[in-house]
Amino acid sequence: MSLDRSDVERIAYLARLAIDEQDIPAYTENLSSILQLVDEMQAIDTTGVEPLAHPLDGEQRLRADEVSEINQREQLQKVAPATEAGLFLVPKVIE
Amino acid sequence: MEWETVIGLEIHVQLSTQTKIFSGASTAFGAEPNTQACAVDLALPGTLPVFNENAQRMAIMFGLAINAEIGKRAVFERKNYFYPDLPKGYQTTQLEKPVVGAGYVDITTDEGSRRVRIHHAHLEEDAGKSLHEDFHGMSGIDLNRAGTPLIEIVSEPDMRTSKEAAEYARKIHAIVTTLGICDGNMAEGSMRCDCNVSIRPKGQEEYGTRTELKNINSFRFIERAIDTEVARQIDLIEDGGKVVQETRLYDPERNETRSMRSKEDANDYRYFPCPDLLPVVVDDEYVEAIRATLPELPDARRERFISEYSLSEYDAGVLSAYRPQADYYEAVVSAAKDAKLAANWVMGELAKNLNANDTDIKASPVSAEQLGGLLQRIKDNTISGNIAKKVFEHMWSEGGSADEIIEAKGLKQVTDTGAIEKVIDEVIANSTPQVEQYKAAEPDKRGKMIGFFMGQVMKATGGKANPGAVTGLLKKKLDALCD
Amino acid sequence: MHLKSLTELAADLASGAISSVELTQGYLDRIAALDSKYNSFITTTGEIALAQAKAADQARASGAAGHYTGLPIAHKDLFCTEGVRTSCGSKMLDNFESPYDATVVAKFKAAGAVMLGKTNMDEFAMGSSNESSFYGACRNPWDTDRVPGGSSGGSAAAVAARLTPASTGSDTGGSIRQPAALCGITGIKPTYGRVSRYGMVAYASSLDQGGPMAQSAEDCALMLNVMSGFDKMDSTSSQRDVEDYSATLNDSISGLRIGVPKEYMSDDLDPQIAERVQAGIRELEKLGATVKEISLPRTRMSIPAYYIIAPAEASSNLSRFDGVRYGHRCENPQDLMDLYTRSRKEGFGAEVKRRIMVGTYALCAGYYDAYYNKAQQIRRLIQQDFLEAFNEVDLIIGPTTPHPAFKIGEKNNDPVSMYMEDIFTLSLNLAGLPGMSVPCGTVEGLPVGMQLIGNHFDEARLLNVAHQFQQVTDWHKQTPAGI
Repeated sequence: MSLDRSDVERIAYLARLAIDEQDIPAYTENLSSILQLVDEMQAIDTTGVEPLAHPLDGEQRLRADEVSEINQREQLQKVAPATEAGLFLVPKVIE
Repeated sequence: MEWETVIGLEIHVQLSTQTKIFSGASTAFGAEPNTQACAVDLALPGTLPVFNENAQRMAIMFGLAINAEIGKRAVFERKNYFYPDLPKGYQTTQLEKPVVGAGYVDITTDEGSRRVRIHHAHLEEDAGKSLHEDFHGMSGIDLNRAGTPLIEIVSEPDMRTSKEAAEYARKIHAIVTTLGICDGNMAEGSMRCDCNVSIRPKGQEEYGTRTELKNINSFRFIERAIDTEVARQIDLIEDGGKVVQETRLYDPERNETRSMRSKEDANDYRYFPCPDLLPVVVDDEYVEAIRATLPELPDARRERFISEYSLSEYDAGVLSAYRPQADYYEAVVSAAKDAKLAANWVMGELAKNLNANDTDIKASPVSAEQLGGLLQRIKDNTISGNIAKKVFEHMWSEGGSADEIIEAKGLKQVTDTGAIEKVIDEVIANSTPQVEQYKAAEPDKRGKMIGFFMGQVMKATGGKANPGAVTGLLKKKLDALCD
Repeated sequence: MHLKSLTELAADLASGAISSVELTQGYLDRIAALDSKYNSFITTTGEIALAQAKAADQARASGAAGHYTGLPIAHKDLFCTEGVRTSCGSKMLDNFESPYDATVVAKFKAAGAVMLGKTNMDEFAMGSSNESSFYGACRNPWDTDRVPGGSSGGSAAAVAARLTPASTGSDTGGSIRQPAALCGITGIKPTYGRVSRYGMVAYASSLDQGGPMAQSAEDCALMLNVMSGFDKMDSTSSQRDVEDYSATLNDSISGLRIGVPKEYMSDDLDPQIAERVQAGIRELEKLGATVKEISLPRTRMSIPAYYIIAPAEASSNLSRFDGVRYGHRCENPQDLMDLYTRSRKEGFGAEVKRRIMVGTYALCAGYYDAYYNKAQQIRRLIQQDFLEAFNEVDLIIGPTTPHPAFKIGEKNNDPVSMYMEDIFTLSLNLAGLPGMSVPCGTVEGLPVGMQLIGNHFDEARLLNVAHQFQQVTDWHKQTPAGI
């Protein structure tokens, strides 16, 4: 599977990654070669095979509905780039 | 051209669990920003989700209440997109294998009855909130709400009028509040409705292009928004245009819908099963144990109100729709032993005061017991209906039982016919012109004139005379003068 | 002192031959003097270490010492450590002091361990050479022009240079085993779910496992005893009881049935590596094991399957790094899109970006079936191959890597060629099986490893076999010249 420039640009947009103009060819090439590697999978017949999402078939454990976390706002916001009045600040969100 | 409207609703219901769906932080309303957003809710590196048992239980309760298949092996998936109120950069939701499968609710409007099929209902986590007040050109993000459990209820496009849509929404509201899985407070965002609206020429099988009206939080607005949008679509098409599939916001002030600046342009959500969560497996035993705990559902309660209390369909419908109100009503009936009177008061005086003060019945300053006690005093003729309203006002603003207030304010009804007769005689003596009018009038016109004398008698007795007794005696005395 | 194993140091501490403070200071001095040659540590935590050492000595004095009290540990910088930088080898988290401890870190703390620092790694655990680290390449102490392997390169190098007797690592496709092999140390990736992932920053959630890296199987057993066990904060954590891995190290391995996959020992394999591994297997035969050839037909498919599944999960797991709540934020973001795209562009290195993009692509609508879904199907087939083999044998053995350590920069321009280095290790993560690398010789002066693969939750047997091997060989005791 080979990608072209517009594929790379769209993927970068979905993943919110800015790619420099001059780097696009290299990324396109690298991604294409990875996808070519991956195309080898098509040679294997997997009809009727159930996908394995978790290596050990397990069932989700349920947690009791009891408050176990206390207010740690100060501690948790120490690592925040920008806060005010207890809120995380971001460039204006337009709805 | 005759147009048919096609409507489907997606309703998000906030479940009233103590904690978030995937973390142990509290979901209590009204906390200071980010004081209920723990490491997991903030999506700190390395944090992981653990699933809340109560959210599962509540979802299953809902499924049973809408006669749906319960998904015995539900799978959480990730819906990937970027937005500041979505800390992980994905929302954990359910797609292929939801907890609740296909079900239905029955609704009735004045246009008739309809069964609205529900495609499925799934569990997902709520996002945080963006505050648009200006922080030097920035927006503020509060993640207290992030991780609150929601069920999203997706209907089939079975509704054909805005009234049906509103009624469906009311029905869902009634069910979730009756089940106790949601507090039903639409103003606080506990239940949010998205309406998918399209039109097609009557008789056409193919659906038209639909638009999505987002985040409508009142039944009245649902009707108005749909009506507005339908009109817009009809105008558009009849003018030669085409309906664009898009999301629109309803502006209640202008009563119009506006296209939202799409935050999901060309978005591909790249759903895949969440690897941090395992499939949620339930067996029949678990489901049946939950079924055994279901309270009486709104439809069943309404039927019982009709048969047991001889209420009209309408009254029964209103009283059974909201569980706290239904419970309140039955407590009043139990105290007052009069279902009709209780219905009148709960839907009348009580409702009026609750609405005027923007108070939910759960927070009513007048309890069911107090109201019941008041109604008992009407029934035993201690006070008249009018005086009772005064007593109720006192109860509302100052508290106290009916007996306490009647005693304190000396509001006992005057029923002693001797005393009443005395007052009537005085009024007649002092109202010569009106008496002459009465005598001069045709017999069948006299009934209307009694009002004046009634008013005078009531004034003279401070409103305490028993109206029934007064009417009878007044008529007798006035008619005696006419011979 | 620095040449002693964890087990020997534990004995010295217990006998009072050395105090933890002395021991700790000794390692801190070594790190300060020597690590500039290897760049194996990103952060040293001298003050914390000495405080912990002091507390450990006090605990010992009052008779409250346990198995790990006072012993040093270094943590791969992927594990969150409260109050200490947790960078994941990335500029994105260069400024991130974790507000909480990973469960693995907390367990070591509770066991009385002394934390020397955080070790270097490939950025966000993506890599097999440690060259993608924001903090620069880590150098193999056996030849500083060569890579130590990755992604737990710093941990492996630090142990090989005896800057710490032991270190934690993580393994998603071989990131414990491959660097252990290239640096001549012992490392084990446990069964998926054996060690909690809470606080271990996620790369590929269904493949990641934390594990010990040390000088011997005996040391690894000591560490695994501390690290293992159910964690309620991790939904994928196994509730199965934890055995005492140290208790069965000396069990006889007579009668052990070993399988050697013909796909691993093919003609393509470097004959010198093949020879070392065969020699290793012969040692086990001398101890009473039997050997037979088996087949794991889908071995080759593990590469494409892994390089879809891991990037897909990673692309979603890394979405939380958006400059909003922690981590790198670009200067003066103009709008939301700018905030995201520029913060992530500046924060992530090239390999991480590549994998995010591959993963994003693989999950897109239209490609999901051909890529992600197909890979998960192949994953099940790969697991089936192993489970069938384990019907006939107790253990599977082969080389850990196809080559010894390559030169720094040699594979930089060709990501696919780098991916091929993982051919023997990837399939275990896909299948969730435990795997261990033990030193079994050198090729042109560079260490090579023999990989032992067990069935689910068979860590005790792996450690037992490795320990028996290490009783009759001394590859694991060899150190680079000058160490």
